Amino acid sequence: MSEAPEQNPQPPPAAVTDAAKKQALARLRRALPRESLLTRPEQLKPYESDGLTALREMPWVVVLPETEDALRAVLEICREHGIPVVPRGAGTGLSGGARPSGDGVLLGLSKMNRILEVDLDNCAARVQPGVRNLAISEAVAEHGLYYAPDPSSQIACSIGGNVAENSGGVHCLKYGLTVNNVLGLKVLTLAGDELLIGGPGGDPESLDLLALFCGSEGLLGVVTEVWVRLLPVPPERRVLLAAFPTVEGAAGSVAAIIGRGLIPAGLEMMDTPAIQAAEAFVHAGYPANAGAILLCELDGVPAEVDADAEMVSRVFAEFGADEVQVATSTEEQARLWLGRKAAFPAVGRLAPDYYCMDGTIPRASLAEVLTRIGGLSERYGLAVANVFHAGDGNLHPLILYDANAPGELERAERFGADILALCVAAGGTVTGEHGVGVEKLDPMCGQFSAAELEQFARLKAAFDPDGLMNPGKAIPTLSRCSEIGGMHVHGGRLPFPNLERF
Amino acid sequence: MADLGEELLQAVATARDQGQPLSIAGTGSKSFLTRPETAVRDSRLLSTVEHTGVVDYRPDELVVTVRTGTLLRELAQTLAREGQMLGFEPPEFRGLGTVGGAVASGLAGPGRPARGSVRDAVLGVQMINGLGERLVFGGQVMKNVAGFDVSRLQAGAYGMLGLLLEVSLKVLPRPQAELTLRLEKSATDAHAEMRRWARLPHPISAAAWLEEGLWVRLSGAEAAVNQTAAALGGEHQTDNDFWSGLKDHGLPLFRRDGLCCRHLPPASAPSAEDELIEWLGARRWSTSAPGAVGYQPFAAGFARHRCRDGGGDGKIADYQARLKAAFDPDSLFNPELTDADVPA
Repeated sequence: MSEAPEQNPQPPPAAVTDAAKKQALARLRRALPRESLLTRPEQLKPYESDGLTALREMPWVVVLPETEDALRAVLEICREHGIPVVPRGAGTGLSGGARPSGDGVLLGLSKMNRILEVDLDNCAARVQPGVRNLAISEAVAEHGLYYAPDPSSQIACSIGGNVAENSGGVHCLKYGLTVNNVLGLKVLTLAGDELLIGGPGGDPESLDLLALFCGSEGLLGVVTEVWVRLLPVPPERRVLLAAFPTVEGAAGSVAAIIGRGLIPAGLEMMDTPAIQAAEAFVHAGYPANAGAILLCELDGVPAEVDADAEMVSRVFAEFGADEVQVATSTEEQARLWLGRKAAFPAVGRLAPDYYCMDGTIPRASLAEVLTRIGGLSERYGLAVANVFHAGDGNLHPLILYDANAPGELERAERFGADILALCVAAGGTVTGEHGVGVEKLDPMCGQFSAAELEQFARLKAAFDPDGLMNPGKAIPTLSRCSEIGGMHVHGGRLPFPNLERF
Repeated sequence: MADLGEELLQAVATARDQGQPLSIAGTGSKSFLTRPETAVRDSRLLSTVEHTGVVDYRPDELVVTVRTGTLLRELAQTLAREGQMLGFEPPEFRGLGTVGGAVASGLAGPGRPARGSVRDAVLGVQMINGLGERLVFGGQVMKNVAGFDVSRLQAGAYGMLGLLLEVSLKVLPRPQAELTLRLEKSATDAHAEMRRWARLPHPISAAAWLEEGLWVRLSGAEAAVNQTAAALGGEHQTDNDFWSGLKDHGLPLFRRDGLCCRHLPPASAPSAEDELIEWLGARRWSTSAPGAVGYQPFAAGFARHRCRDGGGDGKIADYQARLKAAFDPDSLFNPELTDADVPA
């Protein structure tokens, strides 16, 4: 079959001229109230990065629309003058998805932060994108309902950002990711088309745009409203902590619990360096000498939780747990979770900087992947602590380094890239929940073939033919992949010996 | 059990060279869903029925990867041997439904509100797009945000974006205990009861109202199931026939002429036409709906969108069409679904 000469389905947008910026700025000033348009360096500075602070760039301007009309005007101006648009929620993202473009508008949605409607009858709420994740649960708590996905940044992160990243959290093993808990969206495309997708009633009528927009990292359009699903708060919760002499015992327990038919609300693992760091930081009462600990949260009606707790305790004993703590009161549960929730800052005390990775692997490969990460740690001369959403295979190795020591940042980055390649070779993925953003563009070249990347690019172009929505994020160009010598090792299809090349 | 991936890839490439449209089909168990009256533009049948087999099954990981021609019935047996199942309970339609058809149609059964929809269970796909390229999206793990979620997009796409070769699905453990109750209720009372349950953390895995009976299925830990059963009352049913009849459309209601289904916000008040209310109120069936917009038989593709009442300014259909073109620029796949000129 003859093929057209290879071409990028969506070339990068042309450079923005000063004349275009000048005209656009004048129009933005007319379209927006003074407090919604930030242009001075000291105003722009707080927006120079998202939660991935290593990647910074000053935006050209920041706009903070309060209304859909203002938002629509901004998109129209950007489209007409060829100016890139970088949407941003609360800026807590960890992959640089909201890193500004020096030529572009940083579109902050934090002022669109109203809960528009709580529909108790349908167990749903309609909210604006800037509403904080936790604020939804707080608003409906009095009715015995809550919004299930709980990313660790839930105090600060916004629902719009959650949709863009398809955020998870410690309870997504049982309750699913953002995509499984959102019922509908209102989206504005760069062309100014308003798309009403789904809602509180039933399944989609045609192509499932709702699923497509979840995790699309702001490349397709701007989410202006979100319908979320609300669930009844479980009447009973219990948290069990088990300490194991080795990672293998903990990993075996995870497989056994799930293999025997129980899906806990949460199932988290920490290795020795992470345990010791957490214990030194918050004194949660973790056994500091353990090789690994598991935290298992069970919820449901009391009879169910009793039966499940008995089963889990049996598994822990079978797999050689040295110690099991059971927390029934809210206070004790909070104490057991404290160490896990403080793990990142705790590890942050061990070294001037740390680099948080986010690969997912099949759980069966856990012990092997951790052993190899240990080997890499020695080779690169950098310590690593592992925190793991064990139930769903999402691994967060935290690489410790000192950005002020010459060469350490580069070493940490190479170490991280090797970890992600390990994840792909084990049949996993380069990002479980933090997104690709800018950070994982190169590892994407290893996970996807040229044809798959081109398919992604054509998909983006279907919604954003001008290529101005968050350009340069999430999907690497083919030329980028060929520059880094794109090593495509697809979904574990290559046999394990290939791991040796790292 | 055979891997026909290469043959299917070749068939698509040849058809593309010849400008020959293709109609993707498994066993044809769902052909009654897709407007048989619509003239099909000279398309050639592309069958997946012999592309069968479980490629990879890891019970501990709660995931199975299957070739799309595999019968749902056979997959269910494989899963049952490990005490697992598909949570979305796809209709098997006389035992003929295939895994590919289940994903492509996006049809879910009674467990949908409690256990999620078809696309909620889709973790990855291997597919052939309209350019004749074999592509892999998603994977075998629960959490994966690398690239656009093209795999979930295939659920309910009726093959318009390409031919599915393999799908990876999330599976669930079978409940330890399960029992069914039937309570005598009017439609209004049954609906009110379902909505009350939706707000409570009961181990209810399905509920449906039919012929003055409110059927409820309880699933989970034995103690929890028994406790809830005692609280709800009603008469215990000894077999599972009602649920399989509902799932596979074997109940007499499904053989009646003019049967239509509609999806609604679940709390919408029942109407006099509702003959079957399921999904805690979110899906209703009727044989006597007065030509109301929104009441339509199952119909695929863009047609399905046009049947929708309210919402949107018609722009969605444009983007759906562009999305189709992004995957299948020459409209190679399933022209009968996209050519149909359906009145709005």
